[in-house]
Amino acid sequence: MTADVPPHARPALSPGYRFQWEAAQDAYVLLYPEGMVTLNESAAEVLRRCDGERTVQGVIDDLQAAFPGAELDEDVKEFLAQARERGWIRVE
Amino acid sequence: MRTSKSSWPKPGNGGGSVSSDAIKPPLWLLAELTYACPLQCPYCSNPLELGRRRDELDTETWLRVLREAREMGATQLGFSGGEPLVRQDLETLVEQARRLGFYTNLITSSVGMDEARVERLRAAGLDHIQISFQASDEELNDLLAGTSAFEHKKAMARAVKRAGFPMVLNFVLHRGNIDRMDDILHLADTLDADYVELANTQYYGWALHNRARLLPTREQLNQAESTARAWRERVGERMKIYYVVPDYYEDRPKACMNGWGKVFLSIAPDGTALPCQAARQIEGLAFPNVRDAGVRHIWFESDAFQRFRGFDWMKEPCRSCPEKEKDFGGCRCQAFQLTGDAANADPVCAKSPHRPRIDRAIEQANSAAPAQPLVFRNPRTGRQLRRS
Repeated sequence: MTADVPPHARPALSPGYRFQWEAAQDAYVLLYPEGMVTLNESAAEVLRRCDGERTVQGVIDDLQAAFPGAELDEDVKEFLAQARERGWIRVE
Repeated sequence: MRTSKSSWPKPGNGGGSVSSDAIKPPLWLLAELTYACPLQCPYCSNPLELGRRRDELDTETWLRVLREAREMGATQLGFSGGEPLVRQDLETLVEQARRLGFYTNLITSSVGMDEARVERLRAAGLDHIQISFQASDEELNDLLAGTSAFEHKKAMARAVKRAGFPMVLNFVLHRGNIDRMDDILHLADTLDADYVELANTQYYGWALHNRARLLPTREQLNQAESTARAWRERVGERMKIYYVVPDYYEDRPKACMNGWGKVFLSIAPDGTALPCQAARQIEGLAFPNVRDAGVRHIWFESDAFQRFRGFDWMKEPCRSCPEKEKDFGGCRCQAFQLTGDAANADPVCAKSPHRPRIDRAIEQANSAAPAQPLVFRNPRTGRQLRRS
């Protein structure tokens, strides 16, 4: 079981990680030393908001405004916990 | 924004809905800028024929190759060699690569680097530097490298981190240093490394020639694996430890390059395009050169890149093997160099009729140490080996 990222923490991409659009893959990707993850649209929407400024709750509120009606709260928390465990994001 | 407000799929990995039969563009471009290297490691995977510096591609041609590969969709770019720092145009190439949107990796011994050059590379937009060490102490490190480099490497590892790069250290393991893995990990931890790659030697090029002196014993490997495990538990996420097992001790082959001509494109210093750095030795294949053809043509059209794509080329036991889509029959170069036919199963596979060749090498490693001395990598010993 992965530990939750606290709601008031401010997630940011880890040093050495880069988030960018790849036309050839028609997807956003996360690039890191000698590796790449292709992201689905929701994962990209979450990660693009991990800017070290927004809190976890801020990311969720922002997404909720962009995707009204979607039940995304739990998905986002779970995804952020996994992203931290995989080293994609850091939480200061 | 490309998202539709009505859909919220569960966040995760995604994309890549292209049919699996289509040839996809390369994701990885390895630019072997030069075979020149101030080190003489006897486990080097470079070919015995190191070529001449005047045959190396010029800056303009490399810039074109980068542009063409990036246009096709390659995202990861490795600058390697030899020692890529030998090339004085490295910063120019890095700058262009970064501008094109590549994630740029520099794979280096750090010899030829100083703090000013680390800063220049940083300013050019380099994303990541991997520094190789030969061992955890000065004496063995410098013996294996054939030059005095240990203190410099430590200083450069620190400089890399100070400049804001993740610190990624690489140690190639073999019989002569694998017993010191605990010390190796101590060194990495002391340096505050973010990633440590502990890669058992792969037996190509110089390493194959020196195999009898490099292949560890089974007991050494068991010990090394438990050391890696213990360290992983101790350091957790603080320092990521990758341990690469030697394929000789497995009974199924590695999924070499994730398949021939599938994701990986390597360009040798003279411009020869290869599906794997070691492929050049395979006889009967004419590898294209970027001086004569565009990268797109090379990747999609050339005979050499088509030769082992898919499964039609396979012989038994691969052809009817249920695992062929997992490991693609292993490594074509290893099949060629150990069986004489690159279309054979990788002899590491227990199903291969040639597996006894691997077993004999293992037996030899586990018996008394052989007498033949290590041959260090340099142009002079290369000439001698090719003559003999």
